[in-house]
Amino acid sequence: MTLTFIDCLFYLFSMILILSSTLVITAKNQVYGVLFLILAFFNAAGLCVLIGAEFIAMMLVIVYVGAVAVLFLFVVMMLELKGKTLQEGLVKYYPLALLVGGILLVEFLLFLFRSPFQETPAIIDLPSTASGLTNAHQIGQVLYTDYFLIFQLVGLVLLAAMVAAIALTLHHGRDSRRQNVGDQLKRKASETVHLVKVQPKLGGEKL
Amino acid sequence: MTVTLLHFIILSFFLFSIGVAGLFINQRNLILILMSLEIMLLSINLLFVAVARYTGTLSGEIFSLVILAVAAAEAAVGLAILVIIYRKYKDISVTQLKDLKG
Repeated sequence: MTLTFIDCLFYLFSMILILSSTLVITAKNQVYGVLFLILAFFNAAGLCVLIGAEFIAMMLVIVYVGAVAVLFLFVVMMLELKGKTLQEGLVKYYPLALLVGGILLVEFLLFLFRSPFQETPAIIDLPSTASGLTNAHQIGQVLYTDYFLIFQLVGLVLLAAMVAAIALTLHHGRDSRRQNVGDQLKRKASETVHLVKVQPKLGGEKL
Repeated sequence: MTVTLLHFIILSFFLFSIGVAGLFINQRNLILILMSLEIMLLSINLLFVAVARYTGTLSGEIFSLVILAVAAAEAAVGLAILVIIYRKYKDISVTQLKDLKG
């Protein structure tokens, strides 16, 4: 029973992953919490690389770190919550937490002892190296053919989220200049246009 | 001794439990609730990818991409709602959100 290099990497990544996500939920300063979340995402991407899912790892880094975590960071820094610790502690909801934890534990133990995955081959069987294609190539081969409908639906979900986020946060202040179509259509030329006969050499003084 | 699928399952379980614990520890802070949700989604994502790799199928990886997109959408909408709540109450405590209570 010797640890190979891959094993050491797995334990390193998963240790940092668990540690940093624990720090996320216990951090007093939320900026640190978001930064630990980024660390957790990086380590999850490392784990994905370890088992040969490079494309997923890239997507994890791009989407989670590049979009989601930055969004969190923006919001945390935008809201002034300094000095407000909102942690109430486990005291009030202790029975509910215990119930949920117990259910999770029972489910996990059932899964562990009844799962069909116990006899999986221990060696990582990489289909990508077997067929000579990279992971991104394999995913691209099926994503636009077999799973095209799912692909489109995901795009629709993202569109809906984008529209919702913009519609929710867009607010017009009192001094924002907007077009009022009703006012524009109510105007008549007789009310607003004055025809003036300008006397020569007097300029606009007698208007 | 090599890394098996069981290692990943246990890791994912730990990560999911941390996410659930985060929900219970920080129940009033909306940002931390959203971050706990992200941790839970991350653990499920890892589990999907690991199962897909170890069983040699690709559908798990495709579904993990779907989860990724949904997580991004959820974060965007959730944070938009959070910004509105902050604008209205100058605070992001969940306990204030009882306007809909009859």
